Amino acid sequence: MLSSRIALRGFRLLAWRGLSSSAHTHATQEKGVATPVLDCSQPQYIDRPDIPLPDITCITKYNLEQLKLKEKESGPWSQLTKDEKLALYRLNFQKTYAEMRQRSNEWKTVLGVVLWFAGLTGLFYWWGLAYVYKPVPHTFSEDWVAMQTQRMLDLRINPVSGFSSHWDYEKKQWKK
Amino acid sequence: MDVSGPDTAASPPAENESPSESGQETSSIPEAPVATRCYSHGKQETDEEFDARWVTYFNKPDIDAWELRKGMNTLIGYDLVPEPKILDAALRACRRLNDLASAIRILEAVKDKAGPHKEIYPYVIQELQPTLNELGISTPEELGIDKV
Repeated sequence: MLSSRIALRGFRLLAWRGLSSSAHTHATQEKGVATPVLDCSQPQYIDRPDIPLPDITCITKYNLEQLKLKEKESGPWSQLTKDEKLALYRLNFQKTYAEMRQRSNEWKTVLGVVLWFAGLTGLFYWWGLAYVYKPVPHTFSEDWVAMQTQRMLDLRINPVSGFSSHWDYEKKQWKK
Repeated sequence: MDVSGPDTAASPPAENESPSESGQETSSIPEAPVATRCYSHGKQETDEEFDARWVTYFNKPDIDAWELRKGMNTLIGYDLVPEPKILDAALRACRRLNDLASAIRILEAVKDKAGPHKEIYPYVIQELQPTLNELGISTPEELGIDKV
C-alpha cells in the first residue's frame, strides 16, 4: 500500500519532468545536443493558403550557388531559365499551393480502423449471445405471445388510445 | 500616373482591422479621406475607390518587402479576388524588390482565391499577360507547380 503510493508519486514526478520545459533544456545541456527549440519571439515560416507571403523565406542562409542565383534575380527575369525560376521559388517557399491543398489517403485508414473495431464489437456481441446469455424465456414463443395478446384484448388493455384501441372488436381484426 | 511621396502615401491597407485587432496600435501611414471604417451609416467605399487605394499602395516606388507581404496577405484575406490592375501593381512591386518567387506565389494565391470559380484565373492571367511578358514572370502552369 505504502510502496504503491510512493510508486505513484514517483510516476507523477517523472510525468511532470517530461512536460516541464526547464527539465527538457536541462536534459539537453546534460547530453550537449542542440535540439531545435521553437523560438516564438522570431518570425516563423508557414505554408498557409491564406498567407501567401510568410514572414520569412523557407531558406535564409544561402550557399554560393544560391547567392549567385539571387544576384541573377536582380537582373531581367526573362534571362532566367525555368529551372532557375523554380529554384528561386523553392528558396522562398517550401510547399506550392498545390502541395498545400493536396488531399491524403488518411480517410481510408480511419474508415478501415473504425470498421475493424466495429467488427471486433460484433465478435464480442456474438460471443455474448452464444456463451453468456441464457435462452429467451418460453413466454416469448409465438404461441404464448398469441395467447397473451388475445388475453390482453379480452381484458380491454388501454382501450382509449393504446393497445386495445387498435383492435376492431366487430370485425375481429386489427384496425387498418 | 502621379507618383506620390511617402507623406501622401496610400491609406494603410488594414485601417479597418488594426484598431479592432490590436487595440491601441496607431498606424504611421496617414489615412485616405474616404470613410473606410465599418459604419453602416457612413459612406461606403465603391469598388473603384477600393481598387484605386490598393493600386496606389503597391505603386509606392520605395515599397519595402514587409509592406509587400503585409499588403498581399491582407488583400488575400478579403472576400474577393483582386482586380488585375491591383495584381499588376503588386507584380511590379515584386520586380522592384527583385523577388520573382513572390510574384509567382501571388499568381498561385489568386488562383487559389478564386476557389470553385474556375473561369476567374484564366481571365486574370489573360489581363496580366502583357505585364508577365514584360517582366519575364512565368505562370505556375509554365513552371509545372500547379500540379503536385
